[in-house]
Amino acid sequence: MIQADLNVILPELILAVYAMIALLLAVYSTKDKMGPLLVWSTAGLMALLALWIAGSGSGNNVAFGGMFVDDGFSRFAKVTILLSAAAVLVMGQDYMARRGMLQFEYPLLVSLSVVGMMMMVSAGDLMSLYMGLELQSLALYVVASMRRDSVKSTEAGLKYFVLGALSSGLLLYGASLVYGFAGTTKFEGIIQVAQHGEVSVGLLFGIVFLISGMAFKVSAVPFHMWTPDVYEGAPTPVTAFFATAPKMAAMGLFARVMHDAFGNAVSDWSQIIALLSVASMFLGAVAAIGQTNIKRLMAYSSIAHMGFALMGLAAGTVFGVQAMLIYMAIYVTMNVGTFAFILMMEKDGKPVTDIASLNLYSRREPGKALAMLVLLFSLSGVPPMLGFFGKFYVLRAAYDAGLAWLAIAGVVASVIGAFYYLRIVYYMYFGEEGDELDRNSSPVLWGFLMASAAVMVLGIINMFGVEGAAAAAAATLVN
Amino acid sequence: METILLFAPLVGAILCGFGYKYIGEKAAMWTATGMLFLSAFLSWISFVTFDGVTQHIEVLRWIESGSLSTSWGIRLDRLTTIMLIVITTVSSLVHLYSFGYMDKDPQWKEGESYKPRFFAYLSFFTFAMLMLVTSDNLVQMFFGWEGVGVASYLLIGFYYRKPTANAAAIKAFVVNRVGDFGFALGIFGLFFLTDSINFNDVFAAAPKLAETQLTFLWTEWNAANLLAFLLFVGAMGKSAQLFLHTWLPDAMEGPTPVSALIHAATMVTAGVFLVCRMSPLMEFAPEAMAFVTVVGASTAFFAATVGLVQTDIKRVIAYSTCSQLGYMFVAAGVGMYSAAMFHLLTHAFFKALLFLGAGSVINAMHHEQEMTEYGGLRKKIPFTYWSMMIGTLAITGVGIPLTHIGFAGFLSKDAIIESAYAGGSGYGFWLLVVAAAMTSFYSWRLMFLTFFGKARGDKHTHDHAHESPITMLIPLGVLSVGAVLAGMLWYGSFFGHADQVGKFYGIPVAEASAHGETSDHGEDAGHGEPAADDGHGEATAEGEHHYVFAGKPGEGGLYFGKDNTVLDDAHAAPVWVKVSPFIAMLGGLLMAIWFYIINPSLPGRLATAQKPLYLFFKNKWYFDELYNVIFVKPALAIGRFLWKRGDGGTIDGFLNGVAMGVVPFFTRLAGRAQTGFIFTYAFWMVLGIAALVTWMSIGGGAH
Repeated sequence: MIQADLNVILPELILAVYAMIALLLAVYSTKDKMGPLLVWSTAGLMALLALWIAGSGSGNNVAFGGMFVDDGFSRFAKVTILLSAAAVLVMGQDYMARRGMLQFEYPLLVSLSVVGMMMMVSAGDLMSLYMGLELQSLALYVVASMRRDSVKSTEAGLKYFVLGALSSGLLLYGASLVYGFAGTTKFEGIIQVAQHGEVSVGLLFGIVFLISGMAFKVSAVPFHMWTPDVYEGAPTPVTAFFATAPKMAAMGLFARVMHDAFGNAVSDWSQIIALLSVASMFLGAVAAIGQTNIKRLMAYSSIAHMGFALMGLAAGTVFGVQAMLIYMAIYVTMNVGTFAFILMMEKDGKPVTDIASLNLYSRREPGKALAMLVLLFSLSGVPPMLGFFGKFYVLRAAYDAGLAWLAIAGVVASVIGAFYYLRIVYYMYFGEEGDELDRNSSPVLWGFLMASAAVMVLGIINMFGVEGAAAAAAATLVN
Repeated sequence: METILLFAPLVGAILCGFGYKYIGEKAAMWTATGMLFLSAFLSWISFVTFDGVTQHIEVLRWIESGSLSTSWGIRLDRLTTIMLIVITTVSSLVHLYSFGYMDKDPQWKEGESYKPRFFAYLSFFTFAMLMLVTSDNLVQMFFGWEGVGVASYLLIGFYYRKPTANAAAIKAFVVNRVGDFGFALGIFGLFFLTDSINFNDVFAAAPKLAETQLTFLWTEWNAANLLAFLLFVGAMGKSAQLFLHTWLPDAMEGPTPVSALIHAATMVTAGVFLVCRMSPLMEFAPEAMAFVTVVGASTAFFAATVGLVQTDIKRVIAYSTCSQLGYMFVAAGVGMYSAAMFHLLTHAFFKALLFLGAGSVINAMHHEQEMTEYGGLRKKIPFTYWSMMIGTLAITGVGIPLTHIGFAGFLSKDAIIESAYAGGSGYGFWLLVVAAAMTSFYSWRLMFLTFFGKARGDKHTHDHAHESPITMLIPLGVLSVGAVLAGMLWYGSFFGHADQVGKFYGIPVAEASAHGETSDHGEDAGHGEPAADDGHGEATAEGEHHYVFAGKPGEGGLYFGKDNTVLDDAHAAPVWVKVSPFIAMLGGLLMAIWFYIINPSLPGRLATAQKPLYLFFKNKWYFDELYNVIFVKPALAIGRFLWKRGDGGTIDGFLNGVAMGVVPFFTRLAGRAQTGFIFTYAFWMVLGIAALVTWMSIGGGAH
């Protein structure tokens, strides 16, 4: 019995065991000198695991009496999480090493938080949900304050920790309410309760608190306040990590809970999520306009993007989940490229985050400027870039589900949001003469930037098959 | 071969238009011209060797969309080959002519390169026109139709430094849009009802359409009538028929070779071609056909009256074109499509000749176009004079009455007038006869004012009047031959007996006696014999073998309905009918001689005496002024309103307000909320959850 269970969680197990062994190894050997090696080996292992999960996984496997679910949906999410985490690790290695921030704990903390994320998307029970969530969060709190000698970084970590604790409290309160009214913590049990007659008020309150807790993780308005500060304060590679894998994990968890546990109360929670969605889209678009720091700007951008992803979820349909998965996959790819660009922004060897420093960037680095232009167009959803299709999917999902007002709001918000993306393009191509940035030509970063931009253009042909995979994944989640 | 002749002009246009910088101006122009002559040569081969069997040549698969499936194809039948020779012959001659005419154009400064552009446009036009006539489906035809529209626009506005030329180009384009809208609606309607745009399917469905009702504009219509009418609206635009004619005289702003090619010989006849091409549909739409006849006859009459008093040499010929197109439509309207095509063919020769002759005169007179400044040019430019004379003899219809000997216009115009009589359209017949008299008058007036009398106008210009270069005279000579012989050569094929016409067009014919349903009008054919005897040389054959058309819709180049006996009836028309156009012509000629040779002061006095009528004609029946008030002014007013109030005030104002006022306000607000203090953040989260719980309890799903 236990043998079969362990088989199901083998990928998580391998990563966790790897992290612990590597930790011991590093502590008792050369410590921080092992940093670069550990980054590469961790990234390699993650990529391998992703390939393995994508290639071998099949069917619906349940372990530990329903606490852990391994299905198409979780596999789709895990592959995205693992690949993006690996990419971000590799991208940041040089940056951190040159600034003496590459402590050996960094890759290991990241891999532990990835284990947590994989748990989250596979959770089949409120207990395992919380376990995954906390494993992820605790690792992230530490990573956020990686730069211990920087006030900003420490402040970011602290803020994130305190607010995260608050949100965990909310989530736990919701979980206990649900348990109290459903009599079980298992999703399949909770869905049974909702099936019989109406959903009780207690259960609904539980749902609201659960949603609040998870909304904090995806940084949906009004639980988003930590995001700009943490994005700005954390070292840029960490910010890149924050913007990608945890977002996918949190959205996956969101969808998992809503559909697996409350799939019979769609009409109840869909309006809540729609509210969060519309608030996130508008706040993300409006607040980003005032930003001059590109990392803060990306924070608001991610808030707006989460609003769009939530729109797919709010639809409450199979197609909605599919649209959300496609949107997230595209979002993660775009962010990997964008952060590769941001990591390259340096002057005299120091990182620069001021948007105005990009003045006339296109004259000096036409190739990179063009790639960034493609990514920015894609982020703002200009056809024919892939980002447009992501938005198109969620808008269609919302419209099909009868949420036309939400779709219209999304279009308006994306129009407003286009302004700040295009402003960067304006600086790059038509700005004024100013101080020049260094000609940083890290081949790794350059490669990620170009690959990501190329995906945005070439992906319109068939999305590299993501569409079909997302459809299959969504079908396993929503029955 | 057909593919080569079709695409040679396009190749020429591209090479000439884009390549002249590399191969030089002269080479580019000769390339375009050479391609056109090749095309013309092949066209004549295909015309002569055509055996009457309709061929379909597929060039490429074109549209696959739902049930709309069509290929880019060539429909090669007699109708196509006629148009092919008309287009390529006139076009190649016009190319050649342009070498002389466009040389050292005063519109351009020394060293500016404009000739390759001109030749490229001409060749492109030719290509589009060939597309139009060879297409085997409606959409491809529409493509060519719009292509010639574009080329026409570009060429009318060729002198882009002249504001009048630009205005004329826009006018031509806009007026044609009105017609094209009708044409497009017709295509949509045909596709809607027959689920196909290929001619074969549409033609086969024509009898069924006649029994179908279609709701359009809240009214029930007979489908065949409605669609035929809509297609004819398209034809009206392109062929400058009454109400949509206003662009054609203005189009004379373009260079004269353009006027000859596009606005006389080819493009403007596209409407006639369309009606003939759609003859299987038209035959089932009697009311629409009656409308065609009325519009055609009215145009012929209207344009002739205006032509009487114009003084610009090109405008006279332009109105003459308008009028002659009316003739063709009358022929088509009464069901005598082959007569319409006959006149189209002969008209192409003599009208191109007249235009090119006029161009030669203009060239000789240093781009002076007012006939009041001419006079006595007979001696100065004798070759031009004689070719213009042949053109005038042809257009006025000089020939020996009751025989088949005469200039081209004599045979084809008489054929139309007889058809109009036989088709039972008294309105058409009488207007055409009167128009024939006026045609004769204004044509001779043009000749007399230009070549006879004393030299008027600038003495210096007259002293330096010179004959045009050889490149301009060769086309005049070739077209003169056509203007003399085209009628006599092909009379039988176009307007002979049913078996001749049927053989020519590839329409199956049957012996009248063998057909049960034709026996009732066998009598009609019978009592035509006396007239036929003295009218037609080969009438001996009649009586023994009498043939009627027996094709199905879509078979052969044209389709004549079972009870379409206009051809026989026309041959059987009374003698006075057959002679009437000749008498009208003589009357016009004598009037012109009296007015402009014997008593040159008479026209001025008459104009003063009949001032209102004179002004009415002179101002083209005030159509332009009327349209200006009815359409142009309101359209401008609406445009200005939408621009200033709608676009500027409302949309820009609203968006600017939102973008510069509302959004930044919220941005500031969001910035202020982001205090950086952790308790604020926690407070917002608590507020958020309180709001969500409240929402859920009050408005949401909690019960």
